[in-house]
Amino acid sequence: MSGEIAFNPDDKYNAFLTTCRKAPHGTGKLAGVAVAVKDNISTLNIETTCASKILKGYIPPYDAHAVGLLKSEGAAIVGKTNMDEFGMGTTTENSGFGPTLNPCDTTRVPGGSSGGSAAAVAAGMVRMALGTDTGGSIRCPAAFCGIVGLKPSYGRVSRYGLIAYSNSLEQIGPMGKTVTDVSTLMGVIAGYDRHDTSSLNKPYNHTPKADIKGLRIGIPQEYFGKGVDSQVAAVVKKAIGRLEELGATTVPCSIPSMEYALAAYYVTCTCEASSNLARFDGVRYGPAADTKKSWHDAYQEVRSAAFGPEVRRRIMLGTFALSSGYYGKYYAKAQIARENIKADFNRIFADVDVIAGPTMPTIAFKLKEKSDPLSMYLADILTVPANLAGIPAISVPCGKSEGMPVGLQIMGRMFDDERVVDVAYAYEQAVN
Amino acid sequence: MVTEKDVQHIAELADVGVSSGELGTFTHQFNAIIEYFDILDRVEGKCPVTRDLFNILREDEIEPSLPQEEVLRNAPAKEDGFIKAPRVM
Repeated sequence: MSGEIAFNPDDKYNAFLTTCRKAPHGTGKLAGVAVAVKDNISTLNIETTCASKILKGYIPPYDAHAVGLLKSEGAAIVGKTNMDEFGMGTTTENSGFGPTLNPCDTTRVPGGSSGGSAAAVAAGMVRMALGTDTGGSIRCPAAFCGIVGLKPSYGRVSRYGLIAYSNSLEQIGPMGKTVTDVSTLMGVIAGYDRHDTSSLNKPYNHTPKADIKGLRIGIPQEYFGKGVDSQVAAVVKKAIGRLEELGATTVPCSIPSMEYALAAYYVTCTCEASSNLARFDGVRYGPAADTKKSWHDAYQEVRSAAFGPEVRRRIMLGTFALSSGYYGKYYAKAQIARENIKADFNRIFADVDVIAGPTMPTIAFKLKEKSDPLSMYLADILTVPANLAGIPAISVPCGKSEGMPVGLQIMGRMFDDERVVDVAYAYEQAVN
Repeated sequence: MVTEKDVQHIAELADVGVSSGELGTFTHQFNAIIEYFDILDRVEGKCPVTRDLFNILREDEIEPSLPQEEVLRNAPAKEDGFIKAPRVM
């Protein structure tokens, strides 16, 4: 039966930027299920800001393809969740509308950039949520808040209606309390969409299976090396031991190109951002540009006032990296590094079925702990390789360190999303 | 190594504006980040020139488009059914 659900959560974590007090729903696989949507995904007639003051008041005239699919399966879109402005951050502190707090410990960040979606699920305000993952933005907050989050293989979920930050890296993906919920949501949003030129006809029709006997799991030394907190590493190793008890075999391996992954990632995403964010000029939407001034002065005035510092920093970094004389030094080299990472994954996946390691090198940071941009970027080291290679990766809660959740990350071969879901499911079933 | 003058120039190219109060911090952070990017100097290998890519073409079909008032709804300044933009000349 279609109808309407009331949604009046006590949002003490600032997880939502917009809530829909009465959310209509239809019939289908998600009939009447409250789903939260990250605020960089367009929702018809519901304000969509990317947590940026430059889109305050923007009302999309259409639904993102993934949102349309949710509605067609009966889901109730109950609100838009907080995030780092345009997805640029690892803490949700870069929101133009105040940070989200981690429901497990309100003195800590929920991770980012899909921090609002993760907090909403972790706090029980919604059963599931959509996030987006450009360099770990689904998996990081899933790990920090103790929920499940999947970054699908690039191309399986349409990006139509996702307000672009870095097109070649980002994917919309499902977040939920359980692997089953994440799998169900993935089944609804995956599939071909002719409005997205990078969309592939690879629908997801899968029910998680817990049998992992004979599975070969690669354990890259880089995921347990320098910069990874020893307690976090110990929790994850214990979880991998659990997978061995279930019949899997572990195989030591190495991803030498990871040394360049973070630099390659930040060069690529800032270059793409500098181009993508040129559209925000206060003419078609956003705060009014002063039409009496010259365009250069008018745009500069709007953009310096309405973009936060991290967004301006990334636009400038990308502009610099693409400027005459530097292209070969930065962008071209980053693309070579990206190819080398893909080659490393292909080599390892010739011998193993999945790769496992921690999702994040530490537990959730304290609020304001990562005030220096470079130190925040370094926290993404274990998540960016999957985005550079386009492969699927899931984060599933695997225990605690200092009382805070730790995420086990499972990466799979390109388009092997079903298998990473199965491994996460096998672990979840074994420990619960 | 970039100077405050370089950062000012990049900010102008990108139309993001940097105030004199922010310039020192931005320059300092910018240098730390691009110094880290220098690791890419050591990357070896070739960017693949060809890939198994092909054009995906479709018929140019006429579909309904959004009504004018929908398109103009978010524009902060409009006049006679047009979006008003700053002077370019």
